[in-house]
Amino acid sequence: MNLSDFILTLPIITLLVWALLLLVVDLWVPKGRKGIVAALAALGLAVTMGVTLSQSGGSGLAFQNMIIVDGFAVYLNVLYLVSGLVVVALSHDYLKRMNLERGEFYPLMFFSIAGMMLVTQAYNLIMVFLALEFLSIPLYVLAGLARERPESEESSLKYFLLGTFSSAFVLYGIALIFGATATTSLALIIERVGQGALNLPLFIAGAALMLVGFAFKLAAVPFHEWAPDVYQGAPTPVSSFMAVAVKAAGVAVLLRVFLTAFPSLAAEMAPLGWGIAALTMLIGNLLAIAQTNLKRLLAYSSISHGGYLLMAFVAYGNPQVAGQAVAAMLFYLLAYTLTTFGAWAVVISVEQNDYQGLELDDYAGLGLKYPWLGVAMLVFMLSLTGIPLTMGFWGKLFLFRATVDAGYVELALIGLLSSLISAYYYLRVVVMMFMRSGEPRIRRDGWLSLVAVGSALAVVGLSLLPNQILQMAAQAILSLQ
Amino acid sequence: MPMSYYLILSAAMFAIGVLGVILRRNPLVVFMSLELMFNAANLVFVAFSAYHQILDGDLFVFFVMTTAAAEVAVGLALMVAIFRAKRTIDLDEMSMLKG
Repeated sequence: MNLSDFILTLPIITLLVWALLLLVVDLWVPKGRKGIVAALAALGLAVTMGVTLSQSGGSGLAFQNMIIVDGFAVYLNVLYLVSGLVVVALSHDYLKRMNLERGEFYPLMFFSIAGMMLVTQAYNLIMVFLALEFLSIPLYVLAGLARERPESEESSLKYFLLGTFSSAFVLYGIALIFGATATTSLALIIERVGQGALNLPLFIAGAALMLVGFAFKLAAVPFHEWAPDVYQGAPTPVSSFMAVAVKAAGVAVLLRVFLTAFPSLAAEMAPLGWGIAALTMLIGNLLAIAQTNLKRLLAYSSISHGGYLLMAFVAYGNPQVAGQAVAAMLFYLLAYTLTTFGAWAVVISVEQNDYQGLELDDYAGLGLKYPWLGVAMLVFMLSLTGIPLTMGFWGKLFLFRATVDAGYVELALIGLLSSLISAYYYLRVVVMMFMRSGEPRIRRDGWLSLVAVGSALAVVGLSLLPNQILQMAAQAILSLQ
Repeated sequence: MPMSYYLILSAAMFAIGVLGVILRRNPLVVFMSLELMFNAANLVFVAFSAYHQILDGDLFVFFVMTTAAAEVAVGLALMVAIFRAKRTIDLDEMSMLKG
């Protein structure tokens, strides 16, 4: 252990120390002035982001090859921290009006983000498991934050039981891989595979079990059942956090582990990934059609977007296109983050203090009465569908192109088909907002409007320079393999 | 004893755990089944640690036990909170969220 270890992990250390300080500071902030805590939380995330950005371009290993710092990790860490900032903006007013202003909210979110950063930077299977738990356990508590409401508790219990279930699969997979290779270090595993010094059946079984565990975390079909219930019952800002940041972390750890340690298993794992990705895209979108509750609709939408992200995983074994696919995935994640947070911001605006206002009918006339909010939601729905002039379009285009280049034309076609299906329910929201008359009520809050309008502008604005962003993503992953 | 005995035992433990999670309706029993799954993995770690004559697996088990304890703390607290509100923790009663 020396100084460079601490310098490389400084973002995580900053975030954790800040979280602990926040926990203490909250005790002295009187009720009614909790805005101070939110501001301090935002400041902490901004400081951490500064420290993270100072690492961009560099790379290295810390703590006896337990933790890696590279462009892939820096890109995703910034994404998690931006998500954290957005969630602070979304939850400040929400927590106040729902009477949920508990001191532990922001620290728990910080712990979860630290877990995401660790899981993205993990270079040893022990770290993978510990970081997964570190990111999940605070989330179980956050999902049950509104503990006066049975729905919130139910959501928390379901998330807890299924989250632990999936962790057990990851753990058993890690145990088998340890048995097969006599090591848990990603670097040594690939070395042992190169020497042929391993027990192949155990190794394949371990990798498959880990894939199942990660698919659970990602809410990929057939392991998706928990997601709609959990998103519906959890406090809405927490749902948005789970839909974006947790999904990003799930894809990140999947790619980190499989690209670094299991490229030799591509022939076995790619068909599995193919099936999961295709089912996730199709079934996520088909089930979304029947939803009338916006939180559930967005939950199924996020399931199907997990399927699109998994397309990058299918291409991982083909070294010529793996880099391109991962860059497209990073681009897609950025587009998905901006769009999804915007859509959740609109949902939070429309949600009433008694947790009503989440049905599709409550959106009737929204676009006519509040044109700004309506147009923003229109942009998000178009971007989620993948219509040109939005980030969502370029994200899908790059991902489908990488998938075709990897030789999986059918999968790209299934993706295209499922996007067509998704147009139906996304556009239904738009029709509801602009073509029906109604008396929608919204919650006016400057931060919510800022997130909604800001994301809408970013979704449209950044779509004008897609190649520059893709270049940036490609730069980020140069050192991944 | 040959390695395969340990592997078969742990695979059986893991399978019983999975079945318990899927079939049982009491969250406490589900939770015990989850612990069984974790301990099945622990058994693999310890057995292979002895087989390969390295300490990594033994160390891993300590981490797993600590994490499992943290999970117990959160899980039991949740179940107590739910029992206070609903006077039952049966999973079949958890059906407010659906669509």
